[in-house]
Amino acid sequence: MDAIMSKNNSEYLIERHDNVYEVVIGLEVHAQVTSNSKLFSSSSTKFGAEPNTQVSLVDAAFPGMLPVINEYCVKQAIKTGIGLKAKINNKSVFDRKNYFYADLPQGYQISQYKYPIVGEGNVILDMPEGQKQVGIERLHLEQDAGKSIHDVDPSNTLVDLNRSGVALMEIVSKPDLRSPDEVNAYIKKLRSIMRYLGTCDGNMQEGSLRADVNVSVRIKGSTDLGTRCEIKNVNSIKFMQMAIIYEANRQVDLIEEGEEIDQETRLFDTKKNETRSMRSKEDAHDYRYFPDPDLLPLELTDEFIDQLKSEIPELPDDKKKRFIDEFKVSPYEATILVSDIDTAKYFEEVVAKMGKNRDMKLAVNWITVELFAVLNNKNIEINQSPISAKNLAKLINLIKNGTISGKIAKTIFELMLDGDIDPQIIVEEKGLKQESDPKALEALIDKIINDNREKAIEYKQGKEKLFGFFVGQAMKASGGKANPQLINEILKKKL
Amino acid sequence: MSEITSLSLFELIKNIKEKKISSNEVAKSFIDRSEKSKKLNAYVTENFENCLKLSKDFDNKPNFDLKLPGIPIAVKDLFCTNEVRTTAGSNILNNFVPSYESTVTQNIWNEGGILLGKLNCDEFAMGSSNETSFFGNVQNPIAKDLVPGGSSGGSSSALAASLTPVTIGTDTGGSIRQPASFTGTVGLKPTYGSCSRYGIVAFASSLDQAGPMSKDVKDSSILLEVISSFDKKDSTSIDFKRNNYSSDLTRNIKGIKIGIPKEYRVDGMPDEIESLWKKGIEYAKDCGAEIIDISLPHSSYALPTYYIVAPAEASSNLARYDGVKYGLRSSGESLIDMYEKTRSEGFGEEVKRRIMIGTYVLSSGYYDAYYLKAQKVRQLIKQDFDQAYNKVDAILTPSTPSSAFKIGEKSNDPVSMYLNDIFTVPVNLAGLPGISIPAGTDKNNYPLGLQIIGKPFDEQTVLNIAYSMEEKINYKNNITDWWMQ
Repeated sequence: MDAIMSKNNSEYLIERHDNVYEVVIGLEVHAQVTSNSKLFSSSSTKFGAEPNTQVSLVDAAFPGMLPVINEYCVKQAIKTGIGLKAKINNKSVFDRKNYFYADLPQGYQISQYKYPIVGEGNVILDMPEGQKQVGIERLHLEQDAGKSIHDVDPSNTLVDLNRSGVALMEIVSKPDLRSPDEVNAYIKKLRSIMRYLGTCDGNMQEGSLRADVNVSVRIKGSTDLGTRCEIKNVNSIKFMQMAIIYEANRQVDLIEEGEEIDQETRLFDTKKNETRSMRSKEDAHDYRYFPDPDLLPLELTDEFIDQLKSEIPELPDDKKKRFIDEFKVSPYEATILVSDIDTAKYFEEVVAKMGKNRDMKLAVNWITVELFAVLNNKNIEINQSPISAKNLAKLINLIKNGTISGKIAKTIFELMLDGDIDPQIIVEEKGLKQESDPKALEALIDKIINDNREKAIEYKQGKEKLFGFFVGQAMKASGGKANPQLINEILKKKL
Repeated sequence: MSEITSLSLFELIKNIKEKKISSNEVAKSFIDRSEKSKKLNAYVTENFENCLKLSKDFDNKPNFDLKLPGIPIAVKDLFCTNEVRTTAGSNILNNFVPSYESTVTQNIWNEGGILLGKLNCDEFAMGSSNETSFFGNVQNPIAKDLVPGGSSGGSSSALAASLTPVTIGTDTGGSIRQPASFTGTVGLKPTYGSCSRYGIVAFASSLDQAGPMSKDVKDSSILLEVISSFDKKDSTSIDFKRNNYSSDLTRNIKGIKIGIPKEYRVDGMPDEIESLWKKGIEYAKDCGAEIIDISLPHSSYALPTYYIVAPAEASSNLARYDGVKYGLRSSGESLIDMYEKTRSEGFGEEVKRRIMIGTYVLSSGYYDAYYLKAQKVRQLIKQDFDQAYNKVDAILTPSTPSSAFKIGEKSNDPVSMYLNDIFTVPVNLAGLPGISIPAGTDKNNYPLGLQIIGKPFDEQTVLNIAYSMEEKINYKNNITDWWMQ
């Protein structure tokens, strides 16, 4: 493959001969609604339960069973729509999408086809080159299917209906994405918004967030859309990116060879890192959509929608703006701090606990550098942080008021990890308080100069490099506790 | 004991309350007669032993405040009954035993009713003669080898033969009213949304409605009062103020305006139906009603509309019978093979025909021309009624275009079979209440029925008109018990 990947994050370009191709991507994200019970039944949605233990008669489609809409799921979808700055439709309709499969008990999926609950909206991506707006086509509610298990019994397929009927939001983007990096940013932004709203936990390992990826290519500068292929059910950002790169290059190869691209549904083989045809347009299912006669159209009053609007928390874009205005952090820092709701919460708590004499620079650094490193290492989320915001704020204040040096702080930070220990206690118990008494430090430095006379003379003769040696000696002699600023001052004076 | 089975529900309740007879005696009488009537093939599943036990339990601890104190009742086998086999007349549910109860039957048991058994019906309620049932034809007690109507054919047969004091059926396009008409009994289809559909095996969800079948109008009012309820488990159930239908029942219909739709005078309608209708108009006048000619201009589109909407919904509703979770499963080489074999063996011809029609009319490229168009016409049919009800309180029509026919006579001619529903189908499409009451006989002495259609939620007026006319008509079934000889 002679693909040349553009260094520009917002564009993925493929160069072949004299042609430069760009890739056009649209995503259909399936986000599991955070809800204790399913979309049309009262069964639990808890992940990881024993197979077929969270299945009601409705979920298993017993004769005469009828769906009853879960109002909470409807509210969650509306909130998500508000988070996507989208139009909430006063009237939407549930349709039946008919097809046969062993893990689809009704023989149809209840979804929304012509009239979705949420219409057009948009999402802002913070790319290194600046902000980019991605259009949202629609959001609709639908039931998840059960799970077919092919690898447990050698001769039979087993079916687990725990997931059957769980509420999903299908969020369809416009074909506005142009690179794997934008896909990454888009998924993360969607997830961030939904986590702020508490409408989807975004857990991709558990399948709470997955996507169908629509990919097409075209000569850069063209405004026509190429024939697209849909890559079904990809469950990680990494796989989405790999699938897009493979698929875009496959399509360009076909075009360059003078062949047509078939509009088809493809699967991404994560082991072979390639997409494979699943079914062609001719073989496409005829889903025979029609309004579900068991359910009335969903009618929402403006009051109902306004009430939910009033319950929407501050979302990442607004929070970022406020952080910049209120805390004077840089846009880059703000983006990092707000990307995850728990990080933002943690940061704000640290800021609050720091009190009046707060140091934002220190707070941002300690969270995004030191704490993040620990979290990464331990592979945990910030809400499981071994150090509480309160104690981190104390540590930062100890640095700020000169009680400890930055270097000592790192030692204390390590000690704090073992059970979220109060840094003040560590300082006292281990005697790590910074030595800032000029008299004590002068005595200490006098001794060092006395012990290293020759070097002191060399320094005076112009070998200025030796200044660092004296600082090092002083720090060593103080056990690292000496106030570095004072050491510098005193040394300059004495030498 | 034979006289017990000839008592009306109202009389049975009265006698039980007055402790003149016990629930157990009543149960024994109906079971005894049912045992002697196997030739009718009205039952798919008998619940006789359990019924006797429960009737004894009732007698030991009677509660006379209930509306159906210790009354044994057999029901159409489309209602799911907890731990009692429920087949919907189909091989595919031949061995299906629900672990739950339909709301309508639960309402009956809550008021003291006791399940006598499950009654035969057309497969998934698709049919007008009970000939599509996997469990065989049902005999009409009126005469040998006569169909009892359908789809609630087991119900109408058992009721007319006095195997059950009253019964319940379901009506999607006439499945209560047509069999009632064919057996000289009363059948009421309530307003869509009156009776919960929860636990009723679905045929066409936007049309299906459960309703009472009885020997006289008063009994239907008693039963309707029990089964009609708002149910959160059915999203199409409607929370409206329900009357005390039996105590509000009155024969005073003076000044009520009854419409006669000219479009119901269809080509080729037998003279005896025409004269029955005329007689009906006279009876209504005698009762003090005012007769007004009306027009329901889209009536002729009702049947084709119905035969698009109902199969479309059915094709989707029946997709769940796939051999995976319950019911019949035929073994196959692959999942698709298993589906094909299960559904080929599990469903009968008429059901397959309707699944095919329904699948076709929903297919891409045909949806707009058929299903969508049918939904629009359905709206027009509804509007016809809305406009008519600006002028009248109720509408009087024949129930069916003919009397009961012979078994086998129409079973190879689906279109002629479908024509049976021509007067009943518009009522389902518009979601209105309609009742069929016996009003006379044809030249063979087979019963004929008249249909009274009411405004939405106005079952009371429908019942009142029927109650009043019933007295004037004074129809009596002539049941000879021929099947017992």
